[in-house]
Amino acid sequence: MVPTAAYLILAAVLFSIGVTAFLIKRNLITVFMSIELMLNAVNLTFVAFAHMWHQVSGQIFVFFVMVVAAAEAAVGLAIIIAIFRTRQTLNVDSVDLMKS
Amino acid sequence: MPSDYLWLIPLVPFAGFLINGTIGRRFPRVLVSAVALLCTAIPAALVAWLWITLKSAGAPETLHIVSQPWIQISGITINFAFTVDHLTLIMLGVVTGVGFLIHIYSVGYMAHEEGYWRFFAYLNLFMFFMLVLVLSESFLLMFVGWEGVGLASYLLIGFYFRKNSAANAGRKAFIVNRIGDFGFLLAMFLIVREFGSLDFTHVFDAITVNPGWHGGILTAIALLLVLGATGKSAQIPLYVWLPDAMEGPTPVSALIHAATMVTAGIYMVARCHTLFDRSPYALGVVAIIGAATAIFAASIGVVQHDIKRVLAYSTISQLGYMFLACGVGAYEAGIFHLMTHAFFKALLFLGAGSVIHALSGEQDMRKMGGLWRKIPITFWTMLMGVIAIAGIPPWAGFFSKDEILFRVYTSTNPLGKLLWAVGLITAGMTSFYMFRLLFKTFFGPEHEEHRNLHQEGALVHSSSNSHAVMVADREEDHDSHAHSVHESPLIMTLPLIVLAVLSFIGGWVGIPIAFGGSDEAKHFLEPVFAGGFENAGSHGLDYTLAGISIFAALLGAYVAYLFYYKKSRTAASLAVKFPALYGLVENKFYIDEIYSAVIVAPLLMFTRIFLGGLVDGGIVGGAGAAAGGVTKGLSSIVRRVQSGNIRSYAGWLALGAAAVMLVMVLGRAIWPH
Repeated sequence: MVPTAAYLILAAVLFSIGVTAFLIKRNLITVFMSIELMLNAVNLTFVAFAHMWHQVSGQIFVFFVMVVAAAEAAVGLAIIIAIFRTRQTLNVDSVDLMKS
Repeated sequence: MPSDYLWLIPLVPFAGFLINGTIGRRFPRVLVSAVALLCTAIPAALVAWLWITLKSAGAPETLHIVSQPWIQISGITINFAFTVDHLTLIMLGVVTGVGFLIHIYSVGYMAHEEGYWRFFAYLNLFMFFMLVLVLSESFLLMFVGWEGVGLASYLLIGFYFRKNSAANAGRKAFIVNRIGDFGFLLAMFLIVREFGSLDFTHVFDAITVNPGWHGGILTAIALLLVLGATGKSAQIPLYVWLPDAMEGPTPVSALIHAATMVTAGIYMVARCHTLFDRSPYALGVVAIIGAATAIFAASIGVVQHDIKRVLAYSTISQLGYMFLACGVGAYEAGIFHLMTHAFFKALLFLGAGSVIHALSGEQDMRKMGGLWRKIPITFWTMLMGVIAIAGIPPWAGFFSKDEILFRVYTSTNPLGKLLWAVGLITAGMTSFYMFRLLFKTFFGPEHEEHRNLHQEGALVHSSSNSHAVMVADREEDHDSHAHSVHESPLIMTLPLIVLAVLSFIGGWVGIPIAFGGSDEAKHFLEPVFAGGFENAGSHGLDYTLAGISIFAALLGAYVAYLFYYKKSRTAASLAVKFPALYGLVENKFYIDEIYSAVIVAPLLMFTRIFLGGLVDGGIVGGAGAAAGGVTKGLSSIVRRVQSGNIRSYAGWLALGAAAVMLVMVLGRAIWPH
């Protein structure tokens, strides 16, 4: 029996990797993937706690998160493609039209 | 009962002010005049009804209405309370009656002016505050009206606000009045401290039940009230604003600066007669101020050239008479003169307005002359006014002025005879300068400058829609003078005629018993002024004094006739003979200059150096600069957050989330639930 703490540590590690990648990576696709990583780290904690408390609501919540993540992926990828088409680059630092 | 409708009397003009003042700009002129006239006609009708009710047998002497408490602080309760007694009734009659006539006149006079709606809105506002002033039952509510008429006066003096002199005159009136209001306020503070109430009945009853109470604090209160009255009623030393107030449109001069507002001070003294009767010292001050103002202003009026300024100084002088009357305890004589003066002075101002209108804005009497055939209605009605103010029987002014002089002569004041002599000389001077005005304006040759004036005027006024000038301008004929000077329309001459009739018969209600009259005016006011000084004197004395004052009036008129009609000895030669004196009087004794040097200039200096430099520049400005600097410094740090860089935003977001988590964890550790 793997203790719950192990799942939580794994989730924390994954989340931290996600946050770090989100902050330091310049490529939009990588940034996007790190968001997915964070979401899934959270999913992992949900499932771990659901298992620990023997409650199904945590698992149901995970489905919701997955649905939202799928929708977000569809919209987000569309935006990334649109940006690439107009600017020929995926560097986040060059997407600063709103400034000035 | 009319008392149920009492509150309507001031509120209807206020409604007129609101209507014309807010949406009047979009109204056609006819609608503006209709609203303004209706809102003055209704109070006038209500006052007439009130008058009939109160005159009928068995009617109460006073009516009261009281609202819910207005102000309640630490034991003092002040209500909106109105009261009507016979004194109020006379004031109401004058204000609504003369006010209505002047509104009618204004429709004609202002017909071509810009800001027509504004003018009538202000005029109705004035009516509202003036009616509050005379109806009020407490010092505080009276003060509301008192300040309000000051505001309306300021707005109307500065009506032509694009003209610098008009704007300055408005400010001057406002500031000088402020000094008087300061006295009124201090008097109210003393009254609250002494009586614990500001209601007239409460205060005056407290004085009445204590017959031994003389002088002391009552003198202090009375003198402060006198300071207030000198401001509003243009007496020495605060009269300087009234001549400048002539910058306003002429109907305003007639209504506010001759017939009604400036009499508020006299009304206030008469209203507080219980208080003044207990302070012979304060009464003496009132009498001396009145007499001094009367002769001083009359002497300036003798040499003025501007037709409206002559009338302004004449108003100050006549107000001095009323003060003199109050000062010897002859309040009813003062109020009687107030009433007749309202008739003839309103008439004279409106007549002067008609002359000015006919000459397309000319106010200098040196450029007038020979007008009596051209504007006959104006001439004949003004003649009535001149005779009335000169004090020739049986015109109105004679009875009221004679009553004042008689009461001054027979008064217990130790200076009574001297004051009477001053009043008598003033009467002669009044007659002189009024006939001077009449002769210079209506008789003598038509002046050559006239024609030039008109051509200049055409250029100057061509934008101001002046009817007469347009006519003069269009006619090629150089002798067009006769055509361009025109009689005013009926809407202006009608009020003149009504006021002329009133100036003639208005005094008959106060014919003394010695002359076979019943002295109705005095009996009418008796319930109000009961307990004042008694009238001591025989009929013989009455005849003698009347004879002397008629002689003075006729002498003044005769001298004016010699100087300005026959020109046997011209005034100019006299002026050349006494250049110093003439210069002194023509420059109004340099009072404005003295005030400016002694009071205004040091005050401005103090303001600029101490308040402007040190307080404003140093403290206020420094604090402002410091606050601005701190904000700027802080923001220069904080604004870096808004970099526009997505990853820096994300970093802040993560940092924020981490901070929240830290707080949650640490919070759990510090305050465990």
